[in-house]
Amino acid sequence: MSPFTTVPLHAVAHGRAGDKGNRSNISVIPYNADIFPYLVEQVTEARVMDIFRHKGASACTRYLLPKLPAMNLVIDDALEGGVNSALNQDLHGKTLSFLLLGELTVTVPLDFISPQSRYHSETR
Amino acid sequence: MTEPRIYIGSGAGFAGDRLDAAVPVVATLKECDGPRYLIYEVMGERTLAIAQRIKMRHPDRGYSPYLDAYLPKILADCKKHNIRIVANLGNANPLGGAKRVHQIAAELGIENLRVAIVNGDDLLGFMSAADIAALPTIEGVGIDGKEIVAANAYIGARPVAAALKLDVDVVLVGRTTDAALVLGPLIHEFGWGEDDLDLLAAGTLAGHLLECGGQVTGGYFCDPGFKDVPGMDELGFPIGEISAAGDIIITKAAKTGGMVTTATVTEQMLYEVHDPAAYLTPDVTLDITDVTIDDLGNDRVRVCGARGTPPPDTLKVTVSADGGWMAESELIYAGPNALARAELAADIVKTRCRQRGVQDNMRLDITATGAVFDNDQSQRRQGENRPLDGEFRLRAVIRTFDKATAQYVNDEVLSLFCSGPAGGGGYRCNITGQVNTASVLVPREPVESRCNAEEVLP
Repeated sequence: MSPFTTVPLHAVAHGRAGDKGNRSNISVIPYNADIFPYLVEQVTEARVMDIFRHKGASACTRYLLPKLPAMNLVIDDALEGGVNSALNQDLHGKTLSFLLLGELTVTVPLDFISPQSRYHSETR
Repeated sequence: MTEPRIYIGSGAGFAGDRLDAAVPVVATLKECDGPRYLIYEVMGERTLAIAQRIKMRHPDRGYSPYLDAYLPKILADCKKHNIRIVANLGNANPLGGAKRVHQIAAELGIENLRVAIVNGDDLLGFMSAADIAALPTIEGVGIDGKEIVAANAYIGARPVAAALKLDVDVVLVGRTTDAALVLGPLIHEFGWGEDDLDLLAAGTLAGHLLECGGQVTGGYFCDPGFKDVPGMDELGFPIGEISAAGDIIITKAAKTGGMVTTATVTEQMLYEVHDPAAYLTPDVTLDITDVTIDDLGNDRVRVCGARGTPPPDTLKVTVSADGGWMAESELIYAGPNALARAELAADIVKTRCRQRGVQDNMRLDITATGAVFDNDQSQRRQGENRPLDGEFRLRAVIRTFDKATAQYVNDEVLSLFCSGPAGGGGYRCNITGQVNTASVLVPREPVESRCNAEEVLP
């Protein structure tokens, strides 16, 4: 049994942010499909809200696509008004996928982290 | 597999996309054995408001300013090899755009080029501003009482197919769904009917995958060391190969950089999607929850399993109104204690603006501190200890309907040169006119009954 390690989501998944009005959607796609159950368990709506609340986010809805596998996070009011009224330099919230990937941590078997990854040495 | 396929390449995924990306796409398409199309998707939510303003001043214009940048590079080759162009380069004036295409053809010595347009997305053509303002709003700012600059319905793929039926080389549209640029040709070639919901869903998914150009071939994807993409400097734009049964293969232009893999396609498939079981379009409601994505190797990825349910009985309309001004101004501090100097500069600007009556929302960012992840109160920056040394850029920004106030805030940042902390340099500023948008819903019939496709003669 591999030991577990706690790493930013960026170590095990990738994603892309899109905007419609004041709503952001961020996909989360694991590099290795076998890690998806850990993400389902740990990348919860409540934990996502903790990362976006300071921007005014009011709700998060998570949609699971197990056949891919991937999840789609839809975060209401996450864009400080969106392109109509945001003062943020990133009006569309294009960078926000990396806010999520960098700040949401997951605890996963160390086997899923490549020994070459900077996250392997950081967390061992 | 020898089933006939339609080949649809992308030349641009937004206004401002690589100017020469279509050239290798066309070179690849002309070797494909089957009907070939090239699409350009160049419209965002604000595009029409900007284009309408241009059209008000210059009635011949208001089509995409990128039309002249994109089309001359490939028009002769497309005509010669029967690669038909479908583009929303018409913006607020498809007729003006079509006339310009004829001029370009004449300048390049291209003979017998035929061009058609799709009309009917412009609600201001038959509805009063008051009637538009009364439509139910689904997102965006309130538009009641504001002057409406543009109001355009997202029309579907059927008018695009009708334009292709006129046997033209180029179809210019204004506001259709982005996916209609792909679904229109598929409906035209395969004769898909309104009840072929799963096929319409597959065509819509193909359109969604292709509409953003390089975003499906490694662009907006590459993350060095984690998601490496070869040849980003010559990123190949995508080509979809779609069968009559709705089987989709996504590949890319030959002899280019970039890549098409399960991961690149998955990211683009979920881009700007909310409920994956209900992606609403005027042609079909797309359900991608059962889609599977298979890497065939050599930059070929197969996508199947899209399902369709009937479309909604309303159309989405983007309504644009004047949004006042946004002023941004920046000053750099570098070296030892730079962050403290930048913080002091931010405090000075904020204090002076507030004491002199600036009421509008303003924000003072310091870039290189994660400013885009922060909020208007700079909560994250103030809550963290970070090195004071480095290079930091103060950014002051305000939105206001009073242009003098916008200028005043920029001037306050400029004055920091001699009256602020030590060592500020590299002042940059701009003031830009803003557009506010709202999405509203309109019943289909009055819009669709006015939609028509017509050929525009030279």
